[in-house]
Amino acid sequence: MSTEMNLLQSEWTKLRSVRSTYWTAAVATLASIGYGIGICARTAYNINHGHQDPHGLDATLTSLNGLYIAQVAVGILGVLTISSEYGTGMIRATLCAVPQRRTMLAAKGAVFALATLIGGEILSFTAFGIGQALLASAHVGVSLHDPGALRATIGGGLYLTAVGLLGFGIGALLRHTAGALSAFFAVLFALTAITDLLPTNWRNVVINYLPANAGNQIFNVLRPHDALGPWAGLSVLCLYALAAIIPAALLIERRDA
Amino acid sequence: MIDVCELSKRFGKTVAVDGLTFTVKPGQVTGFLGPNGAGKSTTMRMILGLDAPTAGAVTIDGRAYRSLRQPLHEVGAVLEVRAVHGGRSAYNHLLCLAQSNSIGRRRVEEVLDIVGLRDVARRRVGRFSLGMSQRLGIAAALLGDPPILLCDEPVNGLDPDGILWIRTLLRDLAAEGRTVFVSSHLMSEMALTADHLIVIGRGKLLADASTTEFIRTSSHDYITVRAANPLALAELLRRAGATVHDEPDGDQPALRVAGLGGTAIGDLAAQHGIPVYELTPHQASLEAAYMQLTHDHRDFAAKSEEHVQ
Repeated sequence: MSTEMNLLQSEWTKLRSVRSTYWTAAVATLASIGYGIGICARTAYNINHGHQDPHGLDATLTSLNGLYIAQVAVGILGVLTISSEYGTGMIRATLCAVPQRRTMLAAKGAVFALATLIGGEILSFTAFGIGQALLASAHVGVSLHDPGALRATIGGGLYLTAVGLLGFGIGALLRHTAGALSAFFAVLFALTAITDLLPTNWRNVVINYLPANAGNQIFNVLRPHDALGPWAGLSVLCLYALAAIIPAALLIERRDA
Repeated sequence: MIDVCELSKRFGKTVAVDGLTFTVKPGQVTGFLGPNGAGKSTTMRMILGLDAPTAGAVTIDGRAYRSLRQPLHEVGAVLEVRAVHGGRSAYNHLLCLAQSNSIGRRRVEEVLDIVGLRDVARRRVGRFSLGMSQRLGIAAALLGDPPILLCDEPVNGLDPDGILWIRTLLRDLAAEGRTVFVSSHLMSEMALTADHLIVIGRGKLLADASTTEFIRTSSHDYITVRAANPLALAELLRRAGATVHDEPDGDQPALRVAGLGGTAIGDLAAQHGIPVYELTPHQASLEAAYMQLTHDHRDFAAKSEEHVQ
């Protein structure tokens, strides 16, 4: 087996052998599927009882609403995947074993991204399937053959992966768990509040480029007219992640561990 | 073979390591000695490529650590306690390190046996005692069966059994022809473990010698003399060429005499009719030699003395 494969295997062992992985996976599952069931059941009930107009309902998005909560868990796992190594001192053992630091960081990021992608797609498709079954009782369910539905459902897993990598990048850059978690939440949520300080016409433009607003267009089927397109939006989110990962990768070779 | 050449490390205004040059040779235990804050750990970290030197270089068999591929096969390092994720089991901790260097699961089992942790291999490392953590660190260092071993303060906080175990292990590994480099601030421990000593203080090299040579050259034998008229005797001894001080230890006033043998002191006292009650020769210990050498080179003297206790 090649050296690179061994490195990926090593990082996979690390990821699967700590509790935080299972806790965050459990929270992400509960959030995306549990919350999805709740909101789809309520929507179906409201429509059946005439409390809600089914016109203009984004059925796909409704079933994927739990991803807004799941992203928090995935982002935290992304931060912890790297910051916990610094916090515990494990990083020194890691770098003694793999002094090619950038290669180590790449392997760790790749394993985390792949695990998140697979997990995220499973969650997204499951949430879609269960949610549409519930919405079908109100005759508003859609299938993966409907326009945009397959892209949005695949996009749900991609979105979680991108948010996870944003957390990973911030964790690698700041190396301190509490600081990195704060920065992650600030970038994902607090920026929205800050844009309210801008003049309204600026704000209305800028707000579309914030990481969550841009990225989640990938699982919206009915898009607000001024929002970014699904793939453009996801790309913007990826740029935020890269903006953290690239300096982290440059600095890791130079900083004392 | 570890070659340290003109190595310096500065943290802001603090100079942690200051132009160190020495070589660590195979086949013996080399002790790396100095008070706390002398720069031992920083030097170790530079050897392992964790910290970048401000100036100078370190090579392992001619190559920089950062250029080694799968270095666990060449260098094993026991870092300060708990360079591990506390939530991981001992087995998984070793497994992830092993996998990164293409080392198989069988070797993980083997090193767990060598350090005696097989029964607790599935337990979370965070619950380990200090002694178990040290054993785990050694297990990790042995994974690649490396010809070079570095241990940073391996006996810190261990009980006598654990200390004896590590001492024996390090001596055995050196006897197999490996390079063994062990840091400690405990002189007494190094006296028992090390064949060769590298002593530093405030980042500077103070001594680089075999342990026996170090004791012989760095400290002087002396004799404690208790006599009826110490003032007069002190004067006579000085005239005879001895160095005389008041004995700082002991509850009765006495003289500490260096540079003159017991027989000469006794004869001199007899000739002048001064009764002598005690003549106690003192052999230099490594502890004393170390204290003398590092006396002017300690940082945080009070703190390090606390640790020595």
